[in-house]
Amino acid sequence: MEGRMSDFLGIHGAALILREQRLQVLSTNLANADTPGFQAQDLDFNSALQAALSPATGAGGSDPYQAAAAGARHARPSSQPSLDGNTVDSAREQATFSQAALEYRASMTFIESKVRTMLTAITGE
Amino acid sequence: MSNLPIFDVAGSAMQAQSVRLSTIASNLANANTVAGTAEGAYRAKQPVFSADPIAGNPALAGVQVTEVRDSTAAPVKRYEPGHPLADAQGYVYAPDVDPVAQMVDMISASRSYQANVDVFKSAKDLAVATLNMGR
Repeated sequence: MEGRMSDFLGIHGAALILREQRLQVLSTNLANADTPGFQAQDLDFNSALQAALSPATGAGGSDPYQAAAAGARHARPSSQPSLDGNTVDSAREQATFSQAALEYRASMTFIESKVRTMLTAITGE
Repeated sequence: MSNLPIFDVAGSAMQAQSVRLSTIASNLANANTVAGTAEGAYRAKQPVFSADPIAGNPALAGVQVTEVRDSTAAPVKRYEPGHPLADAQGYVYAPDVDPVAQMVDMISASRSYQANVDVFKSAKDLAVATLNMGR
Protein backbone atom coordinates (compact mmCIF):
# COMPACT_ATOMS: atom_id res chain seq x y z
CA MET A 1 0.00 0.00 0.00
CA GLU A 2 2.78 2.35 0.96
CA GLY A 3 4.51 1.67 -2.35
CA ARG A 4 1.37 2.47 -4.28
CA MET A 5 0.83 5.70 -2.40
CA SER A 6 4.34 6.97 -3.16
CA ASP A 7 3.91 5.87 -6.79
CA PHE A 8 0.79 7.97 -6.88
CA LEU A 9 2.55 11.01 -5.47
CA GLY A 10 5.33 10.57 -8.02
CA ILE A 11 8.52 12.53 -7.58
CA HIS A 12 6.93 14.98 -5.17
CA GLY A 13 6.91 12.68 -2.15
CA ALA A 14 10.68 12.24 -2.34
CA ALA A 15 11.16 15.92 -3.16
CA LEU A 16 9.26 17.04 -0.06
CA ILE A 17 11.38 14.89 2.25
CA LEU A 18 14.64 16.09 0.71
CA ARG A 19 13.54 19.73 0.74
CA GLU A 20 12.93 19.36 4.44
CA GLN A 21 16.41 17.87 4.88
CA ARG A 22 17.81 20.92 3.14
CA LEU A 23 15.85 23.24 5.44
CA GLN A 24 17.45 21.47 8.40
CA VAL A 25 20.95 22.00 7.02
CA LEU A 26 20.24 25.68 6.34
CA SER A 27 18.74 26.23 9.79
CA THR A 28 21.93 24.77 11.28
CA ASN A 29 23.95 27.38 9.38
CA LEU A 30 21.84 30.26 10.67
CA ALA A 31 21.92 28.95 14.23
CA ASN A 32 25.71 28.75 14.16
CA ALA A 33 26.30 32.15 12.54
CA ASP A 34 28.32 33.19 15.63
CA THR A 35 30.00 29.88 16.48
CA PRO A 36 33.78 30.12 15.94
CA GLY A 37 35.13 27.76 13.31
CA PHE A 38 31.73 26.60 12.06
CA GLN A 39 31.69 25.61 8.38
CA ALA A 40 28.53 26.50 6.47
CA GLN A 41 26.95 23.56 4.67
CA ASP A 42 24.43 23.13 1.93
CA LEU A 43 22.59 20.27 0.30
CA ASP A 44 22.63 19.80 -3.44
CA PHE A 45 18.96 19.07 -4.02
CA ASN A 46 19.34 17.73 -7.56
CA SER A 47 21.94 15.11 -6.72
CA ALA A 48 20.09 14.16 -3.52
CA LEU A 49 16.89 13.58 -5.48
CA GLN A 50 18.75 11.57 -8.11
CA ALA A 51 20.36 9.41 -5.42
CA ALA A 52 17.06 8.91 -3.60
CA LEU A 53 15.25 7.84 -6.78
CA SER A 54 17.97 5.52 -8.08
CA PRO A 55 17.24 1.87 -7.20
CA ALA A 56 20.81 1.31 -5.95
CA THR A 57 20.36 3.62 -2.99
CA GLY A 58 16.76 2.71 -2.41
CA ALA A 59 17.40 -1.03 -2.04
CA GLY A 60 19.82 -1.11 0.90
CA GLY A 61 20.20 0.99 4.03
CA SER A 62 17.66 1.89 6.65
CA ASP A 63 16.58 5.26 5.28
CA PRO A 64 17.34 5.96 1.61
CA TYR A 65 16.44 9.64 2.02
CA GLN A 66 18.87 10.12 4.91
CA ALA A 67 21.60 8.42 2.86
CA ALA A 68 20.80 10.51 -0.21
CA ALA A 69 20.81 13.73 1.83
CA ALA A 70 24.10 12.81 3.51
CA GLY A 71 25.70 12.12 0.12
CA ALA A 72 24.60 15.46 -1.31
CA ARG A 73 25.74 17.53 1.66
CA HIS A 74 28.78 19.69 1.06
CA ALA A 75 30.64 22.55 2.69
CA ARG A 76 29.94 25.93 1.17
CA PRO A 77 32.85 28.36 1.13
CA SER A 78 32.18 31.91 2.22
CA SER A 79 32.65 34.97 0.06
CA GLN A 80 33.69 36.89 3.17
CA PRO A 81 35.92 34.76 5.42
CA SER A 82 35.83 35.83 9.06
CA LEU A 83 38.71 35.90 11.54
CA ASP A 84 37.35 33.09 13.72
CA GLY A 85 37.07 30.66 10.80
CA ASN A 86 33.27 30.83 10.60
CA THR A 87 32.06 30.64 7.01
CA VAL A 88 28.37 31.49 7.57
CA ASP A 89 27.18 34.51 5.63
CA SER A 90 24.01 35.48 7.55
CA ALA A 91 22.29 37.60 4.92
CA ARG A 92 22.86 35.04 2.17
CA GLU A 93 21.82 32.27 4.52
CA GLN A 94 18.52 33.97 5.29
CA ALA A 95 17.81 34.47 1.61
CA THR A 96 18.61 30.82 0.87
CA PHE A 97 16.43 29.67 3.74
CA SER A 98 13.45 31.71 2.53
CA GLN A 99 13.88 30.32 -0.95
CA ALA A 100 14.12 26.76 0.35
CA ALA A 101 10.96 27.29 2.44
CA LEU A 102 9.15 28.48 -0.67
CA GLU A 103 10.34 25.43 -2.61
CA TYR A 104 9.05 23.21 0.19
CA ARG A 105 5.66 24.91 -0.10
CA ALA A 106 5.69 24.37 -3.86
CA SER A 107 6.33 20.64 -3.45
CA MET A 108 3.60 20.52 -0.84
CA THR A 109 1.14 22.21 -3.16
CA PHE A 110 1.77 19.56 -5.81
CA ILE A 111 1.09 16.77 -3.32
CA GLU A 112 -1.98 18.53 -1.99
CA SER A 113 -3.53 18.89 -5.43
CA LYS A 114 -2.85 15.20 -6.14
CA VAL A 115 -4.53 14.25 -2.88
CA ARG A 116 -7.51 16.45 -3.72
CA THR A 117 -7.82 14.84 -7.12
CA MET A 118 -7.81 11.41 -5.50
CA LEU A 119 -10.40 12.53 -2.95
CA THR A 120 -12.63 13.76 -5.72
CA ALA A 121 -12.28 10.42 -7.49
CA ILE A 122 -13.16 8.52 -4.31
CA THR A 123 -16.09 10.62 -3.15
CA GLY A 124 -17.35 11.48 -6.60
CA GLU A 125 -18.22 15.01 -5.57
CA MET B 1 6.53 15.26 9.40
CA SER B 2 9.83 15.66 11.17
CA ASN B 3 10.32 19.41 11.09
CA LEU B 4 11.00 19.19 14.81
CA PRO B 5 14.84 19.15 14.67
CA ILE B 6 14.68 22.66 13.22
CA PHE B 7 12.90 23.78 16.38
CA ASP B 8 15.71 22.30 18.47
CA VAL B 9 18.38 23.97 16.34
CA ALA B 10 16.76 27.40 16.26
CA GLY B 11 15.76 27.17 19.92
CA SER B 12 19.29 26.38 21.07
CA ALA B 13 20.61 29.29 19.02
CA MET B 14 18.03 31.65 20.54
CA GLN B 15 19.04 30.53 24.01
CA ALA B 16 22.75 31.03 23.25
CA GLN B 17 22.13 34.51 21.88
CA SER B 18 20.07 35.41 24.93
CA VAL B 19 22.98 34.33 27.18
CA ARG B 20 25.15 36.61 25.07
CA LEU B 21 22.67 39.48 25.55
CA SER B 22 22.67 38.86 29.31
CA THR B 23 26.46 39.05 29.57
CA ILE B 24 26.43 42.27 27.52
CA ALA B 25 23.81 43.71 29.88
CA SER B 26 25.99 42.72 32.82
CA ASN B 27 29.08 44.30 31.23
CA LEU B 28 27.30 47.55 30.41
CA ALA B 29 25.70 47.74 33.86
CA ASN B 30 29.09 47.35 35.52
CA ALA B 31 31.02 49.60 33.15
CA ASN B 32 31.37 52.20 35.93
CA THR B 33 31.76 49.86 38.87
CA VAL B 34 35.10 50.66 40.50
CA ALA B 35 36.96 48.70 43.14
CA GLY B 36 39.80 49.41 45.58
CA THR B 37 41.99 46.57 44.29
CA ALA B 38 42.89 45.30 40.84
CA GLU B 39 41.64 41.83 41.80
CA GLY B 40 38.29 43.15 43.02
CA ALA B 41 37.51 45.01 39.80
CA TYR B 42 34.70 43.71 37.60
CA ARG B 43 35.85 41.80 34.54
CA ALA B 44 33.90 41.82 31.29
CA LYS B 45 32.18 38.51 30.64
CA GLN B 46 31.93 36.77 27.30
CA PRO B 47 30.16 33.51 26.41
CA VAL B 48 31.96 30.83 24.40
CA PHE B 49 29.82 29.21 21.70
CA SER B 50 30.33 25.78 20.21
CA ALA B 51 28.36 23.65 17.76
CA ASP B 52 26.27 21.01 19.51
CA PRO B 53 25.04 17.96 17.53
CA ILE B 54 21.28 17.50 17.82
CA ALA B 55 19.80 14.01 18.25
CA GLY B 56 23.18 12.37 17.58
CA ASN B 57 23.20 13.69 14.03
CA PRO B 58 26.58 15.33 13.32
CA ALA B 59 25.13 17.22 10.36
CA LEU B 60 22.49 18.88 12.49
CA ALA B 61 24.16 21.26 14.93
CA GLY B 62 22.57 23.54 17.46
CA VAL B 63 24.50 26.02 19.56
CA GLN B 64 25.79 25.41 23.03
CA VAL B 65 27.27 27.94 25.46
CA THR B 66 30.19 25.94 26.82
CA GLU B 67 31.25 28.54 29.37
CA VAL B 68 31.13 32.23 30.22
CA ARG B 69 34.67 33.55 30.46
CA ASP B 70 36.02 36.60 32.22
CA SER B 71 38.02 39.05 30.17
CA THR B 72 41.78 38.88 30.71
CA ALA B 73 42.21 42.60 30.03
CA ALA B 74 43.77 44.42 32.98
CA PRO B 75 41.47 46.82 34.86
CA VAL B 76 41.94 50.51 34.20
CA LYS B 77 43.85 52.19 37.03
CA ARG B 78 42.56 55.67 37.79
CA TYR B 79 44.00 58.21 40.19
CA GLU B 80 41.10 59.41 42.35
CA PRO B 81 42.40 60.12 45.87
CA GLY B 82 39.06 61.53 46.98
CA HIS B 83 37.16 58.32 46.11
CA PRO B 84 35.97 56.41 49.17
CA LEU B 85 37.22 53.12 47.66
CA ALA B 86 40.67 54.46 46.70
CA ASP B 87 43.66 52.41 47.88
CA ALA B 88 46.59 53.79 49.92
CA GLN B 89 48.16 55.35 46.79
CA GLY B 90 44.86 56.98 45.82
CA TYR B 91 43.99 54.69 42.91
CA VAL B 92 40.69 53.04 42.02
CA TYR B 93 40.31 50.19 39.50
CA ALA B 94 37.63 50.33 36.82
CA PRO B 95 36.77 47.41 34.47
CA ASP B 96 38.09 47.52 30.93
CA VAL B 97 34.64 47.65 29.32
CA ASP B 98 34.24 49.55 26.07
CA PRO B 99 30.57 50.63 25.91
CA VAL B 100 30.75 51.16 22.15
CA ALA B 101 32.08 47.64 21.52
CA GLN B 102 29.41 46.25 23.84
CA MET B 103 26.65 48.08 21.96
CA VAL B 104 27.93 46.74 18.65
CA ASP B 105 27.99 43.24 20.15
CA MET B 106 24.46 43.75 21.43
CA ILE B 107 23.13 44.70 17.99
CA SER B 108 24.84 41.66 16.48
CA ALA B 109 23.34 39.39 19.15
CA SER B 110 19.81 40.73 18.74
CA ARG B 111 20.04 40.42 14.94
CA SER B 112 21.13 36.80 15.26
CA TYR B 113 18.33 36.17 17.75
CA GLN B 114 15.83 37.63 15.33
CA ALA B 115 17.14 35.56 12.43
CA ASN B 116 16.55 32.41 14.47
CA VAL B 117 13.06 33.54 15.47
CA ASP B 118 12.34 33.87 11.75
CA VAL B 119 13.64 30.36 11.10
CA PHE B 120 11.46 29.09 13.93
CA LYS B 121 8.40 30.84 12.50
CA SER B 122 8.98 29.53 8.97
CA ALA B 123 9.47 25.98 10.24
CA LYS B 124 6.29 26.27 12.30
CA ASP B 125 4.29 27.59 9.36
CA LEU B 126 5.54 24.77 7.13
CA ALA B 127 4.79 22.15 9.77
CA VAL B 128 1.26 23.47 10.29
CA ALA B 129 0.66 23.65 6.54
CA THR B 130 1.87 20.06 6.15
CA LEU B 131 -0.40 18.90 8.96
CA ASN B 132 -3.37 20.63 7.39
CA MET B 133 -2.73 19.11 3.98
CA GLY B 134 -5.85 17.85 2.28
CA ARG B 135 -8.28 19.68 4.54
